[in-house]
Formats: sequence, structure tokens, C-alpha cells
Amino acid sequence: MNRIEGRVKVTGLATYAAEYPAENVAYAYAVQAQIAKGRVKRVDAAAALELPGVLAVLSCEAAPRLPEDADPELALFQRREVAYRGQIVAAVVADTYEIARDAAAHVRVDYDADDHDVRLSGDHPGLYQPEVVNPNFPSDTDKGDVEAGLAAAATTVDVTYETPVLHNNPMEPHAALALWDTEGRLLVYDTAQGTSGSRDTIAKTLGLPPEQVRVVSRHVGGGFGSKGTTRPQAILAALASRMVGRPVKIALTRQQMFDVTGYRTPTIQRLRLGVDGDGRLTALEHLAYEQSSTLVEFAEQTATPTRVMYASPALRTGHRLVRLDVATPSWMRAPGECPGMYALESAMDELACAAGLDPVELRIRNEPETEPFSGVPFSSRNLVGCLREGAHRFGWRHRDPRPGVTREGEWLVGTGVAASTYPARRSPCQAVATMRDGDVLVQVAAADIGTGARTALTRIAANALGIAPERVHVELGDSDLPRAPVAGGSAGTASWGTAVVRACEELRRDGKEGRADTTDEVKADAELARHAFGAQFAEVRVSAVTGEVRVSRLLGVFAAGHIVDEKLARSQFLGGMTMGLGMALMEETLTDEEFGGFLHRDLAQYHVPACADAQHVEAVWLEEEDGELNPMGSKGIGEIGIVGTAAAIGNAVHHATGHRFRELPITPAKILTARF
Amino acid sequence: MTITLQVNGVPRTVDVDPRMSLLDLLRERLGLIGAKKGCDHGQCGACTVLIDGRRANACLALAVAVDGREITTVEGLATDGELHPLQSAFMEHDAFQCGYCTPGQLCSAAGMLGEPGPSAVTEDLLDDPDLTPEEISERMSGNLCRCGAYVGIVAAIGEVAR
Repeated sequence: MNRIEGRVKVTGLATYAAEYPAENVAYAYAVQAQIAKGRVKRVDAAAALELPGVLAVLSCEAAPRLPEDADPELALFQRREVAYRGQIVAAVVADTYEIARDAAAHVRVDYDADDHDVRLSGDHPGLYQPEVVNPNFPSDTDKGDVEAGLAAAATTVDVTYETPVLHNNPMEPHAALALWDTEGRLLVYDTAQGTSGSRDTIAKTLGLPPEQVRVVSRHVGGGFGSKGTTRPQAILAALASRMVGRPVKIALTRQQMFDVTGYRTPTIQRLRLGVDGDGRLTALEHLAYEQSSTLVEFAEQTATPTRVMYASPALRTGHRLVRLDVATPSWMRAPGECPGMYALESAMDELACAAGLDPVELRIRNEPETEPFSGVPFSSRNLVGCLREGAHRFGWRHRDPRPGVTREGEWLVGTGVAASTYPARRSPCQAVATMRDGDVLVQVAAADIGTGARTALTRIAANALGIAPERVHVELGDSDLPRAPVAGGSAGTASWGTAVVRACEELRRDGKEGRADTTDEVKADAELARHAFGAQFAEVRVSAVTGEVRVSRLLGVFAAGHIVDEKLARSQFLGGMTMGLGMALMEETLTDEEFGGFLHRDLAQYHVPACADAQHVEAVWLEEEDGELNPMGSKGIGEIGIVGTAAAIGNAVHHATGHRFRELPITPAKILTARF
Repeated sequence: MTITLQVNGVPRTVDVDPRMSLLDLLRERLGLIGAKKGCDHGQCGACTVLIDGRRANACLALAVAVDGREITTVEGLATDGELHPLQSAFMEHDAFQCGYCTPGQLCSAAGMLGEPGPSAVTEDLLDDPDLTPEEISERMSGNLCRCGAYVGIVAAIGEVAR
């Protein structure tokens, strides 16, 4: 079965947020703060307003008032304070995009600038322990005696890794089209990973009852977390539209996306590990240092995967956060697991090298019986199976463990391994299934951001009803549909699918209609540790001349419950791994310490993998039966693909070169600091 | 300024702002939303169209500069409701996820298949090489896909190139 919306996507008919036709539409263009901290002293919009075709200029001196309790990243034009460079301080609305963009350059904003601080460091005096980390894990955990475990170990490592600011960079820029009707109802076509939550946020920000707002996002051009929370374009379009009395469209530029659509916090991570003479961990400690803005606390759960991975009598994890004059970081594909497992799995490789153990074997030897920190049993766990299957497919046993010994001309060749993990969650969701002309209409406010949700839910409904998928029609991407959680946390299919199955079961009983609300079912889930696992194997070729790293093979083996749709699943795994390859070798946004904001602000500076970078990527999976998850027996697969990739590649670079690079990305410039 | 151009075989005469890009002309004035705006700076390839049969970034061409030219967008690839072989192959190989880069990938592939000569990865520069997966991925590297559907893209194009 191919993707249901495939035909509209390949013919150019799929309609994304900025593309809905609207009569008499006006265009908005944002003006951004030129200082990193301070106050807007004065906004001079006269020159902009004089240009023909300019309809309005919004700023803190001219904008509708919003409720006090609105999210400060969304409460546009309410305050004079500037919290970071690039924050939206004004906007122009005009008849055409060309006029709006030109006029934005004519808006003069004067500031009183204060000294700013945008630099994360492991000894920043402002570091503190957050109460919880995203979404609501304890910040710190402590079990056993780490110092005693390290003292008793035969081999220890104490290593620090750094990961840079990373940007989601979905291909479709964040965009919105807002229309108010004569009764004061607001319709927003938005780039949202979830319309129910987005509707609530927009309503709250504007001080409207939720039923007065409708959000539609039928096709979303990727999000990777950056469209999981409502972004300012939706609010800006709504405010501008109310102000000029016309539909207003805004599409952020690629450059603006770097400033106001979230990013992955940079991390500094210190790991201390010890093993005894048998290769069993005696202690494991993982501390993460991260940043958030002065506006909102977002604390990424970077050290949490270490609570899940390996058995150790002493296990400590913690997070320290500092509030800087920067934009608020947010979700980017596998927040927590992605940067955390880069560090843990790199450290495990260093430990294997130091202890003279095979890195696959070291992981197998430290396989836990229950979830290491909590002691809770796993619903299923097949990390060892993934490691063994991957090692077999990859030809791991032929590997010479000595680093820096395989060379083909200018090319140094090496291989590396790392584990992957990601939680398998589900949230309450509603759905309705209705008989219509002999076919079945399934309605749920799910989102298809490229995951293939339409197709997966069609399959799930067809299975539940025992009918052909052609007879099922799924409607999603609209907040007027039954309430559904966001496409995030790899929990979309599990959450929406549960509700769809229950609605279909009800339809089978009723004959006409089935309605489901899974709140009680989800609440009654037994206390178990539910996670998907995987193992990634990389082969790299490193040029001793240019420092270029080519990934000549990348293999992922995953165990993620029942795979709902093989074609979609393979694409999801490959996509995650490809993004992980980018994290390992090229993706990085530098912060401008002198002026604030970011120095990398487009795709010529922020490199993502291109076609030639990701030729030899392969993903397979093990059959896994787990009856403790959801009616499909599935675990989420949208994020696990990116978890571990960067470590596998980094470990392979070490194996190829004999040098350990502990700061991502591993660029040619860094490679060439080592001598071959 | 008034310009006349052929868009997917249809002559169009439009009055345009001299600052308007071909991409914005297609999307905002002619209702052709197939060509996508991903970066507006020629860095991502999502806006790739064919100008007189050659692939080009529509965001880097001013509308006034394509007066009299023939433009093909993704909407013009299918003929009489029959999908272009590349479109069918993309669906079959799941060569996209979110679909936002897809129109550009398709136009780029359609243009690429007609481009003779060697590329940076061709061994013999005097050769007109077979479109191996390596050649295809090299020639398609101007079209970014953040979903990472490259394996499917190369397979789909390879099938049509054979």
C-alpha cells in the first residue's frame, strides 16, 4: 500500500498552510529585534506607512492587548522588553509580499540595550537544578554510591562531550493564514503538529473561548518538533488580520525560522563510568548542562536515557540549566534521548576501548533485568537482539578492534556501534467512526507531518473492522474533529490508533457509528517500562588529506513492537538516521556572542545531509510482540532512528583515525587538527 | 510591468512588481502552489521548475527576467491525467514523507534525466555515464529533503532512468 495522499503530493496539489486561496488576502512580514537584551525605546513606522500598499504596522506601540497570562514567546507586541536578538518586535501588513518585505526594512526601532549573556558553560554562575525536565521527569536521580563504584572499578572513564545548537529546519517554513468571520470566529490555517492543542493555545493567547477558534493543518511540510508547539506566526497572522479586517498570510523566512521556531539546546555532558574486571558496570553518572531563555523554562531531559539503558549498582543522573538572553529552546526530534544517547553511547565506546572489551559485548554484558533506575519491569526489551542481528548483518566479527589501522590510500576506514532507545507512550484521544455510503469515515484531529498518519490510521481502522483499506476514509488535521494529542513524542500512532480501534469496535457493535474516548483506558495502563530499542552500526571513510568524513554504510536494527506499515516505518527509520548523520558530521548553529542571536541562519550555513551524503543507509527491524502497549502492539518509531546515530558515527571516526572527537559536529576542520 | 510567459503550455500575461520572483508569481498570482518556497535563496531546491526545459530555482529568477520563456512546474508533469513515470515511481518507492520538497525533486529529476555529460563523481570526464545510484545522488544533491527520503528518491529515479 502506498501513501494515501501520495498522488496529491506528487502532482503539487497538496495544500500547505500558506497555500489556501483567500480573497483579498494581505501579507505580513516580521521585524526582528536587533539587540540581545534591553527595551524598545521607540518605534517609528511613519516611513513604512507612507509606502503605497502598506495597511498597518504592528508593534508594542500599536497592537491589540492580549491576556496577561499568555505564553511570553507568543504574546507579541505586548511589552517593550527584548529577551533575545531576533525576537519579533514589529510587523508590517501590506497588499503584497513585496511591499510588506520592503516596508519592514523601513520600520525604525530604537532600543535601550543592556549587556547580554548568551554563552553556555559548565561553570556558569547562573546554573541551577530545574524542578523537572521535559515533559515531567525528575531533574536528578541517585541510586547507590557512585564514588565508591568508581573507586572499586578496574577501569574508569571520565569524559565530557559537547553538542551545539541544532535547528529542526523542516522544509516547509512556519506559515499561517488567518481569517475572521463576521461572528468573530477565527480560522487559522497553520503549520501545526496538532490542531487541538494549537487551537487551545491560540484561543488562550488571544483571550477567546476555544470554540471560537478553528485550526486546520491538513498537510504539514515536516516539523520534527518545531511545529509541536504553537509558533508566533499563527498569532501574528490572527492579530494582523483583526487589525486590517482582511485575511492575512505570513510565511516566516528561513532566516527567521532560526530565531523564533525553537531549537535544540546546546549541551555539555559529563559522564563517569567504571567497570569491574568482568566488564560489568560498577558506576554510571551522567550530568547535563543546558540553556533556556529568560522568558520560559525549557529543560531538555538529556540524561534520562541513562536511567533506562544499563545495569549498574550506582547510577546518578542530573540536569543543570542556565537562563540566557537567547530564544527559548524546544523540541527537536527525540529531545533528551538524541543528545543524551550521543554522549552515553560515545562514553560506552570509550569504556570498551579502555577496558579492552568489544563494544557490542560490553553492552550485552550490562543488559539489565528491570529498568535500571526505577526497577520497574520492561514490557519488552530487545536491545541484545538488535545488537546481535546488527553485528551479524554488518559483519562485525571481521572487525580489527585496533583503532587507526585500516587505510586505503588517503582514506582511513573504521566502524562503530551505538544503541538506540526511545519511550513508547500513548495519550488520551478521541475518535469517531461512521458508516457512510457503505464505506467508513474515521475522524480524529491527528496530524500527518510526513509520518504517514493517514495511511497508518487507515490500515489500523481497516484491520479493526475487517474490511479493505480502500473502504476506509480518514479525516485529520482539523481542530473541529475529535480531540487528539500532538504528533510528537513518537506517540501519535499509539494514541490516535487506540482511539480509532475503539471507535471501530463500537461501530461494529452499533452498525452506524462508533465514538471513543481513551482517557480511562490510558489511565489504567499498568506500571511498566515501555521503550523501543535499537542498534546502529556505521562504517566511515575519513580523508587524511581533506578531513572529509563519508559514511559508507549505516545500518539500523530496531525492535519497536508490531510495525503497522512496513513501507512507512522504513522511511521513518531512514529519515531519523539521516538526520542523525547530519548531527554527527555537519549540523551546527553558532551563537553570536558579541551581538546575540545566531550566526548560522540559512541552509547554506546550516548544512543538512544532501542526497549524496546519505546513500548507504539501511534499516531493518525485529519482530516484537508486546501486549502491554496498545491494541496495535506498536511502539513509536518517529524518533528512535536519530537516537544513537551520531555516537555510532563518532565511534567509527575514532576507530578509523584513533582520535576521539568529543564536540559535535565532527567537521573536516576538527579532523585536520589531528595528524595522520 | 507586463510580461507574457508560457506556464505548463498555457500563455499567461501578467502585470508584475519588478521585485517579484518567478516563484512568488507562480504561487501568489497564478495559483500554482506546486513549486514550494523552502528558503527563497537557492539553497534547498524546493522551488525547482523547468525553464525552457532546464531545471532552475524559481526563487532565484525574477519574474520580469522570464518574460517570453517556457515554464514547467510539477503541475505540468502529468499529461491528460496520466502521471509522469517519475511521479508514479516516487509513490511506489515512498520517495517522500512530508511532500514539501517533492515537487522540486520531481522537476529536478525530470530536468536531470535530460542532462548529458559527466558529473563530479564520473570517473572518465569524456564519458556520458550511466545513471548509477552514485551518479543520481550526486546530480540530485541540490534538492534537500529534511525527512531523509533520499534512498527512495534515488531508487525511484533509477527505475525511470533504466
